[in-house]
Amino acid sequence: MLKGSSPLIFERSTEDRFAYSLPDLEVEKHELSDIIDPKFIRKTKAELPEISELDLMRHYTELSNKNHGVDSGFYPLGSCTMKYNPKINEKVARMPGFANSHPEQNDKAIQGSLEVVYDMQEHLKEITGMDEITLQPAAGAQGEWTALMMIKAFHEANGDHNRTKVIVPDSAHGTNPASAVVAGFEAVTVKSNDRGLVDIDHLKTLVGNDTAAIMLTNPNTLGLFEEDIIEIRDIVHDAGGKLYYDGANLNAIMAKVRPGDMGFDAVHLNLHKTFTGPHGGGGPGSGPIGVKAELAKFLPKPLVVKDEDDTYRVEHNVPDSIGRVKPFYGNFGIFLRAYTYIRTMGPDGLKEVSENAVLNANYMMRRLEGTFELPYEQHCKHEFVISGSRQKKMGVRTLDIAKRLLDFGYHPPTIYFPLNVEECMMIEPTETESKETLDGFVDTLIHISKEAEENPDIVLEAPHTTVIGRLDETLAARKPVLRFQREEIIEEK
Amino acid sequence: MSHRYLPLTEKDKNEMLDTIGISDISELFSDIPENVRFKGDLNIKPKKSETSLLRELGRIANKNITTETHVSFLGAGAYDHYIPTVVDHVISRSEFYTAYTPYQPEISQGELQAIFEFQTLISELTAMDVANSSMYDGPTAFAEAATMAAGKTRKKKVVVSKGVHYQAVEVLKTYCKAQNIEVVEVGLDGSYTDLEKLDAASDEDTAAVMVQYPNFLGSVEDLEAIEKIAHKNKGLFVVNSNPLALSILTPPGEFGADIVTGDTQVFGIPTQFGGPHCGYFAATSKLMRKMPGRLVGQTQDDEGNRGFVLTLQAREQHIRRDKATSNICSNQALNALASSVAMSALGKKGAVEMAESNIQNTYYMKNQLKSKGFEVLDGQSFNEFAVKLSKNVDEINDVLYDDGFIGGFNLGRVDENFKNHMLIAVTELRTKDEIDSFVERLGEYNA
Repeated sequence: MLKGSSPLIFERSTEDRFAYSLPDLEVEKHELSDIIDPKFIRKTKAELPEISELDLMRHYTELSNKNHGVDSGFYPLGSCTMKYNPKINEKVARMPGFANSHPEQNDKAIQGSLEVVYDMQEHLKEITGMDEITLQPAAGAQGEWTALMMIKAFHEANGDHNRTKVIVPDSAHGTNPASAVVAGFEAVTVKSNDRGLVDIDHLKTLVGNDTAAIMLTNPNTLGLFEEDIIEIRDIVHDAGGKLYYDGANLNAIMAKVRPGDMGFDAVHLNLHKTFTGPHGGGGPGSGPIGVKAELAKFLPKPLVVKDEDDTYRVEHNVPDSIGRVKPFYGNFGIFLRAYTYIRTMGPDGLKEVSENAVLNANYMMRRLEGTFELPYEQHCKHEFVISGSRQKKMGVRTLDIAKRLLDFGYHPPTIYFPLNVEECMMIEPTETESKETLDGFVDTLIHISKEAEENPDIVLEAPHTTVIGRLDETLAARKPVLRFQREEIIEEK
Repeated sequence: MSHRYLPLTEKDKNEMLDTIGISDISELFSDIPENVRFKGDLNIKPKKSETSLLRELGRIANKNITTETHVSFLGAGAYDHYIPTVVDHVISRSEFYTAYTPYQPEISQGELQAIFEFQTLISELTAMDVANSSMYDGPTAFAEAATMAAGKTRKKKVVVSKGVHYQAVEVLKTYCKAQNIEVVEVGLDGSYTDLEKLDAASDEDTAAVMVQYPNFLGSVEDLEAIEKIAHKNKGLFVVNSNPLALSILTPPGEFGADIVTGDTQVFGIPTQFGGPHCGYFAATSKLMRKMPGRLVGQTQDDEGNRGFVLTLQAREQHIRRDKATSNICSNQALNALASSVAMSALGKKGAVEMAESNIQNTYYMKNQLKSKGFEVLDGQSFNEFAVKLSKNVDEINDVLYDDGFIGGFNLGRVDENFKNHMLIAVTELRTKDEIDSFVERLGEYNA
């Protein structure tokens, strides 16, 4: 791997080079100014790079070599479910019949795509235990927001206009409160108890006739199962509120317990987590939602339905719908990958996925608990948190441990989240990792802890082997440079 | 080991259970209340072997009519454009597609630099100061521009032209409803926004005036005139724009736009049944700290090497929680990468050449249709235009499929004023023969 910086593609640009092959124009060419008013014709060309095809490939290959993916090495990033991204998914997504399908055709021309949408909805209904599914939301955050909008519409349809509050645990991911606010609610925080679970007594003081919903991840972001879920359900339902399930952690419970059976009224899934849509370096995701029957009439439109003659149809007539949240039918290319995965695993496979994910996490947790502080003693689900508080006393913080892990070829765990554990490290191994990989990582963490004791500088000054050292984030925020500027352009100004 | 993705052997499992101090995996799930546990098997299709699944899904894929099987004149927000072969090779590198969001910059410089380059490319095309790392798609980016404008101006109304893609308007309405922002729609005069009505609808309570350029009917809106209307009452000027068109059209930034949004599907992303595509969001530097979504910024390491990090994160939901003004979390990194590769492959000259072919092909087809007596809606067109037919567009399209054509979009489906109007898209990929024979067929069916 190359040490140091790489030139930007703009810095590799040389006038008169190119990497394209467009078809020749066959029609008679008119003066552009005869077609478009010159006022609307660009005077100076946009400064796109000029580069040959090989140099373009080398540029991006060099960049890819400076990036770590699941295929590069272990990626135990808590709450993100960085499991293997199956290659068959990529092949299916690129099948010409899917990749070149246009969403605005007559139904008869898109029967294949609609079949995938419909059958995926059916599969997700069964996996979540919900009555209806929409695949429209682009990502988990948009799914959360969509479902909250439906819950809002439900309360309003009942003449219940004062349900303005959404309850969110203190351990929740930031999107939960943000989605609640963007959907027009006020977010209220419920505390965790000393076992890392929702504090039931505190919850009781929060619910009332202004409660619209509670948003829960179960298992929660500490990787712990909310074992009082039935009581929570009754408290919220009795107050007239709805239960919202954040599916970020569904990987722990497939075929073990379904959100619908736990009493949740709405759920979103992160298909790019549990169902192997690749993370793509930050997206695209796919965030379908499932709802119970009484919320179904508020689903975003259009819907995809199957007629008695086994043909599929787009239904635009959904009078109580909250409207459209995303163009066309959602991120088809991503849920197609997830569909391929579900069909690859089948019912037994999905159950084993959750069992092995949970086994892997518990094994790592027990191997690490002697070396690191374990804030919650009970079995975890698919992920767990440990604290670097002991190591902090030696002068080494969790951030330093994370950076030192880079030297051993590992992507660090999620750090400093959730917010309620000091010097937190949140580790999610996933089920696609072997015992050898888990052991290698655990041994390395124990080794780094020993280094912190004996030779802290090697940890404090890490990373030593990466292409670039620790970057000055304060500088980036204080003087934001968000685009490349050519010297001469700056001079002109 | 029972599945190729699940490496634990029985021996592994037993050793691991020993370490945990339990005898059976089921003990790890004993905290799930007995009465809600799922018992039995999920009622979903059984697993399939790799080959048989590929065959089944291949058969399903082949039920679709696509640009592989037919010649397409359909656009309406998803276009059949040239995709350089290099694009798929780059985005197939698993260092890119199997990575998470680049929160650890030391091992994510590739992704971070690629996004920085994307931000630069978008800034160049739109002539705006800054662009973010991408949004879900054009319509949601457009809707977020409205909520951002409302937040910035503290006004609760946006005025939007019916020349904006109908789905972008639908998404806009859903987003605005959530935050009690009023959406006022302004109709068209021919194929352009009715500027008198736009002016009349914009007042001191208007947070933003929002148009599309070229608009949904393919016409190049008069941004110079609209800018004056937008800024008269100190609202923001928001333009939704096809970035390919901006390689040849005067960019919105030069007309004083405050926010420019759109979708980069036109650069390197297949239609794939409508998604994932890739939204972009560009703004003036004054609005930088109010922008939604992730931003990559340049900085340096302790040895002075240039490097890139996610920056200005204090705007975002994972830090601000309930104080955040947008809940957007992911971006469309992989698709932004695809678009960056396509934009870079085309480069300074190729993007202009491709855009101009769209204009010339479209102009030719309009003239052919006019010469056959079709009623073509007037307008300076980029690569789409509306033509009036004598019958229902869906019915005509049904017959066109048999001739190997994917006909244009049925405008009557979304606006009764455009009953029997077909929105036709002509990209650089259409040959003269294809255009001529489509015009001929349309003439026959329209008779």
